Amino acid sequence: MLEIHELVAKVEGKQILNGLNLTIKPGEVHAIMGPNGAGKSTLGNVLTGRAGYEVVSGDVTFNGKNLFELEVEERAREGVFLAFQYPVEIPGVSNMEFLKASVDARRKHLGLPELSSFDFMKLARESSQKVSLDPAFLKRGVNEGFSGGEKKRNEIMQMMLLEPGLCILDETDSGLDIDALQVVAAGVNAMRDNHRSFIVVTHYQRLLDYIVPDYVHVLANGKIVRSGDKELAKELEAKGYSWLEKESV
Amino acid sequence: MSEQVESLIRKEYAAGFHSAIESDTLAPGLDEDTVRFISAQKQEPEWMLDWRLKAFRAWRDMAEPTWAHVHYPEIDFKSISYYSAPKSMKDRPKSLDEVDPELIATYEKLGIPLHEQAALAGVAMDVVFDSVSVVTTFREKLREVGVIFCPISDAIREYPELVKKYMGSVVPQKDNFYAALNSAVFSDGSFVYIPKGVRCPMELSTYFRINELNTGQFERTLIIADEGSHVSYLEGCTAPMRDENQLHAAVVELVALDDAQIKYSTVQNWYPGDKDGKGGIYNFVTKRGVAHKNARISWTQVETGSAVTWKYPSCILKGDNSVGEFYSVALTNNFQQADTGTKMIHLGKNTRSTIVAKGISAGRSNSAYRGLVRINPTAEGARNYTQCDSLLIGDRCGAHTFPYIETKNASAVIEHEATTSKVSDDQLFLCQQRGLDAEKAVSMIVNGFCREVFKELPMEFAVEAGKLLEVSLEGSVG
Repeated sequence: MLEIHELVAKVEGKQILNGLNLTIKPGEVHAIMGPNGAGKSTLGNVLTGRAGYEVVSGDVTFNGKNLFELEVEERAREGVFLAFQYPVEIPGVSNMEFLKASVDARRKHLGLPELSSFDFMKLARESSQKVSLDPAFLKRGVNEGFSGGEKKRNEIMQMMLLEPGLCILDETDSGLDIDALQVVAAGVNAMRDNHRSFIVVTHYQRLLDYIVPDYVHVLANGKIVRSGDKELAKELEAKGYSWLEKESV
Repeated sequence: MSEQVESLIRKEYAAGFHSAIESDTLAPGLDEDTVRFISAQKQEPEWMLDWRLKAFRAWRDMAEPTWAHVHYPEIDFKSISYYSAPKSMKDRPKSLDEVDPELIATYEKLGIPLHEQAALAGVAMDVVFDSVSVVTTFREKLREVGVIFCPISDAIREYPELVKKYMGSVVPQKDNFYAALNSAVFSDGSFVYIPKGVRCPMELSTYFRINELNTGQFERTLIIADEGSHVSYLEGCTAPMRDENQLHAAVVELVALDDAQIKYSTVQNWYPGDKDGKGGIYNFVTKRGVAHKNARISWTQVETGSAVTWKYPSCILKGDNSVGEFYSVALTNNFQQADTGTKMIHLGKNTRSTIVAKGISAGRSNSAYRGLVRINPTAEGARNYTQCDSLLIGDRCGAHTFPYIETKNASAVIEHEATTSKVSDDQLFLCQQRGLDAEKAVSMIVNGFCREVFKELPMEFAVEAGKLLEVSLEGSVG
């Protein structure tokens, strides 16, 4: 479903990704780990088309489509979802209004009719309960005054409503206490099926105790330097990254 | 970001057409004869002419104010025509059937149906075209409950006692340069009187249109809400697109007697000039209300038009327990400039005022909030809450806040909050990553920013205001 081939990308003139290759099949969960500055967050931002992230060479196909030919919002409507590390606030725009507009945009793209406000409300309430967010949050401004944990749960709720084909979780575990981490992981696990794929970007092995990956990749100096299964994550936890970084140079 | 944001702010001004209507337009120039001519056209009584002349003589000795944070070339007041009326208005039409079909077509093009049966249910309308009121709908129906809603030129002849008593009582002739000019040459506008204890059965509204070239519009509105009455009044304004600047200097006076409530809403969409800053209306307006005992005056404005705006709808809280409110959204784009805000003058005991001002700047525009809260020694227990928020779109615009607080009574409680924020790349990216296109995203963010003000507008106006913002912002993101 996702093929990344020899991807080279720059941020502010500095080359961050140096020929990255990765293939993800439907239903797989891939964890990306690595030291600070390895390019982990850059990968998610490049795939979703964030401004300031310049693709130098390489190509990425998503469900057979060249991702780099699509606008940011088109990639989203195609089913590429990024759960942000630091979700921003949009004051005065209710979560409900924002979510309905998002879901409608995706449904329209898929040739489905818009949901009625009533049906959408019902769906949104159910999703909010799944991530243990009080439905009152739906009426508040997008992320407005939310705690760090509430923001992350809000991200997962959006992911549930949008039903994307590819979910990229960018350090979703950062700043979460253990309870919130479990809620988030349960939300993600509930969404796992034979079609949906995940890229889980994280610093720590801890998250992978709850979201068990099919593959673990280590990113260093803008490349994948080692791939393995969940045992690799444990090895990294014990030995750190430096031994792999040396190998990659 | 700026590049992306920049290109979202460019859409054509939809009300910018000119109607080919034959007009009698006074040659440009301004002297006592101009004032006499206007007064004669309106068949005014002697006392009104004297009042105008007094204002004109005062104006001659006054200087144009320069303290506002706006810049424009000096206005040559002698090059403006001070009176223009559609020819067909010579013998005022007695009913809509006699109104020039071109005029009716003009308003239909603007989306304003003049025919009563087609008019928005529950809204009575006075329509001012250049210098004259062309039609007032539902006049008879309102008369049944004692409400007077008519052109001010009619009121001067038909209700001289009310006009004499209240005109100039809130905004005196010599109040300021533009108010004095307006007092001398005002041509038309609306007059409203709500009798004691009456709740006006429908929304009243006035629609202002400047059509002729080189014409200034100087309308004057006077609203009197007698004891215990209620009224909600709306005004809207548009003008054709022209390369020349045109002057609009209005005066609005509100009188809310004991226990009365006046809600005054404005959607101002005068032609703002083109994307290079050419043309547009100079909107120099004086609006003020006086609230007697337990009365409430509420100003709500959505200002998206005009090249230069200079406007401070104010409340004099004269009576004990009276309440003043000001809710404002001012959006500037391209080269527009706005210096707008309010004055809350607390005189009575336990008077309360609320100010919520939202400024949005895009393109190379500048928007300033200027507000005065004054608590006089007599205003025991007065309270004020002020919140002004500025939102910047792109990085070539400016937002400024000039709050003035003067308090002479130690029991006063005054709160002031101010914020400045930007439509950030991150907000835009979040919206786009969730499948929304950039234009939808910006309009959603801006609408969210204005929410507290929009909820104060009457229903139909709130919808119109939201759409207007969307149009005014078009092209600000790409």
